[in-house]
Amino acid sequence: MDIHEFTKQIEAEFEEVEPGTITPTTNYREIKSWSSMYALIVIAFVDANFDVQLSADDLRNSQTIQDIYNIVMAKKTN
Amino acid sequence: MALFKLNNVSIKGIASCVPKEKEFTKDYSYFSEPEFDLFVKSVGILERRVAPTAISTSDLCYHAAEKIITDLNWKKEEIDCLIFVSQSPDYFLPATAIILQHRLGLNKRTMSFDVGLGCSGYVYGLQLMASLLSSGNIKKGLLLVGDKSTLSTYIEDKSTYPLFGDAGCATAMEYDTSANPIYFNLQSDGSGEDAIKILDGGARNTVRPDTFDITEIEPGVKRSRRHLGLKGIDIFNFALKEVSPNINELIEYSGIEKEKIDYFVFHQANKLINESVRKKLKVTDLNKVPYSIDLFGNTSSASIPLTITTKLKDKLQDHTTLLFSGFGVGYSWASCIFETKNIYCSDLIEL
Repeated sequence: MDIHEFTKQIEAEFEEVEPGTITPTTNYREIKSWSSMYALIVIAFVDANFDVQLSADDLRNSQTIQDIYNIVMAKKTN
Repeated sequence: MALFKLNNVSIKGIASCVPKEKEFTKDYSYFSEPEFDLFVKSVGILERRVAPTAISTSDLCYHAAEKIITDLNWKKEEIDCLIFVSQSPDYFLPATAIILQHRLGLNKRTMSFDVGLGCSGYVYGLQLMASLLSSGNIKKGLLLVGDKSTLSTYIEDKSTYPLFGDAGCATAMEYDTSANPIYFNLQSDGSGEDAIKILDGGARNTVRPDTFDITEIEPGVKRSRRHLGLKGIDIFNFALKEVSPNINELIEYSGIEKEKIDYFVFHQANKLINESVRKKLKVTDLNKVPYSIDLFGNTSSASIPLTITTKLKDKLQDHTTLLFSGFGVGYSWASCIFETKNIYCSDLIEL
């Protein structure tokens, strides 16, 4: 899954977000409907699709969708 | 490694008791409308039961115990063992199981003790009782499980308050040489001790002047040191990582084919967690994974028997294959699998 597909699928997890508004450089905490519940939804999405676990620290140390994608890819190859 | 095969034990019946007072998620004023929608969709809780001050966990368990004893026509003097699994006992001491032995009018020859476990507690309790019964030295046992978790949550903590409900359940178990074996897989990892914790009030941190001070942990999360704190991401990751391997190992150990399992009864933690576990186990038939979380929330050690009595009543005839899995606070997690003989489920008691 490349970054564009990843972004598109993350976007689909959000309620009330117009398609195409989230990009790889979007700071996900600034998405209007973002709440801590979405952290769990993103973790579940990543686990289901990549069999990789995002920790609380991973999320704390990331800002954008690209950051998350990079962490996932780094963990996937380790 | 705590893998077990225990022979000669059957679960005869289960009764559940909840407080009659309900709290609805839609009335929780600290949620915005989008938060409410997302919470209902992902966590799955619409309403919970909340015990008033006068009702403790032991009261809920007492009524469940009386009900199952009556419904099964058990004689009280035949009950040899009473185990109370809870993290909300009546007192520091004595153990609540002993108080319940007397209150239920059980014989002084009954062995009684408490076990301090939460979400994994039902399966741990089944394993303990099955171990005691399996040898045939004692013949009948009552396993009482439950919590009054709402005692420990603070209304301004959005990460805990809407999650927990109160319940107590009683499971009647018997020495039975015609029973199919029950297989267990029990685990623990104390590196997760901070993931769900009440900091003050025990012997490590006794109550101190600031124990009851409410502080803001993060936006939307306020509580004191005597309230239950929960690190959602840590718990979620623990469940994703540990629950399905534990279950897969158990299934393989038992030799029972996964396709033969009729019901996977999971601790009712959070729909998102349970659905993730279901998908990891590649269980595609949704009818095999019953939920009661919508009506009762997370009821700690009572969640598995409460789900059984409210969702599987009359479905547990002979030769139904059941898998239970409990996981959470500790971390502690455990699963069991067995083929039932008829399990009687009492009607739900509302106290």
